[in-house]
Amino acid sequence: MAARRRFSAFSAALLLLGLAVSVSGQRPERGDEIPPEDKRSGYHFISRETQAMQDDDLANPGSLWVLEGEELWRKGAGAAGKSCADCHREAATSMKGVAARSPAFATRAGRVINLEQRINYCRVDHQQAAPFAYESRELLALTAYVGHQSRGMPMRVAIDGPARPFFEAGRTVFLTRSGQFNLSCAQCHEDHWNQQLRGLPISQGHGNAYPAYRLEWQTLGSLQRRLRNCNTAVRAEPYPYGAQEYVNLELFLAWRARGLPVETPGVRR
Amino acid sequence: MAKALIRMPAEAKKGEVIEIKILISHPMETGYRRDAMGQPIPRHIVNRFVCRYNGEVVFQAELFPAIAANPFLSFFTVATDSGEVLLQWTDDQGHTESETVRLTVV
Repeated sequence: MAARRRFSAFSAALLLLGLAVSVSGQRPERGDEIPPEDKRSGYHFISRETQAMQDDDLANPGSLWVLEGEELWRKGAGAAGKSCADCHREAATSMKGVAARSPAFATRAGRVINLEQRINYCRVDHQQAAPFAYESRELLALTAYVGHQSRGMPMRVAIDGPARPFFEAGRTVFLTRSGQFNLSCAQCHEDHWNQQLRGLPISQGHGNAYPAYRLEWQTLGSLQRRLRNCNTAVRAEPYPYGAQEYVNLELFLAWRARGLPVETPGVRR
Repeated sequence: MAKALIRMPAEAKKGEVIEIKILISHPMETGYRRDAMGQPIPRHIVNRFVCRYNGEVVFQAELFPAIAANPFLSFFTVATDSGEVLLQWTDDQGHTESETVRLTVV
């Protein structure tokens, strides 16, 4: 009895100590242990030639999608015959910062949704059109166009209030081992970033350049496509496109990348 | 779909060397791949590119399957007279696309 009391007093003291440490901000949060001064966009882990490709809008093939997105932005669609521009006017002002704040909680959906899903909500609700398929050329083009309006702005998603449980679920995905290789995201991108994997440096796993043109894909792709690649690489079965697990993970990653500039459309190897 | 992005000066001095850059939107399917059902995917690439400056060919190229999707070409010519620069490319399905850019020589 006495021993138990002593033990609980001891664990209460430990708990208090833990609280004090986290309140003073000394201890980094799980899944976010890279100090702010060491935070690097994936841009720093690609070759100089690939960086040059991203930097020059003419050499960056992602520009083709941005241009197509601009056409779609002004084109009427669906039973309502409305275009994005009919409501949102100039994307350069109305969409500025939107990608930096995505994914975000949507009251209408009752959950956190990403930029692709936000665009499709508009399509269904306001244009009364069929939603675009994930990874379709149109959805990538519009996402790239909207994302491009936030280029250079620091990532800053909200993780408080109703977004909190989705954020924590995303963190769990990030920290959970999976696949035949039994690896979590954190084991590569937190613990071993900048070390070599098949001759190439491992990035920190930030999604601030997506949708991005990957040379391996020879096309533009969404962050979820990239996440599916990671799943397959550790021999885990990927979730389907649009799965809430991915959206939660996207939210966690966006928070983890806070402060890094949006690079959409980035170029990656 | 935007078919290409082009960058070249709108104005140049007579005798000046100008650079013309073009990013062509094209899948450049090699013909060596198979789809999910194991069927070969037919080759579909831009196989020829020509640039005419006031009707005269100043640059032309043959393209091959090893060239990446959305090919990026860059070449030079000498500005002689004001006129039109015609950029034209043809793919395996016989589609020919072209863009014309006006160049003023001062």
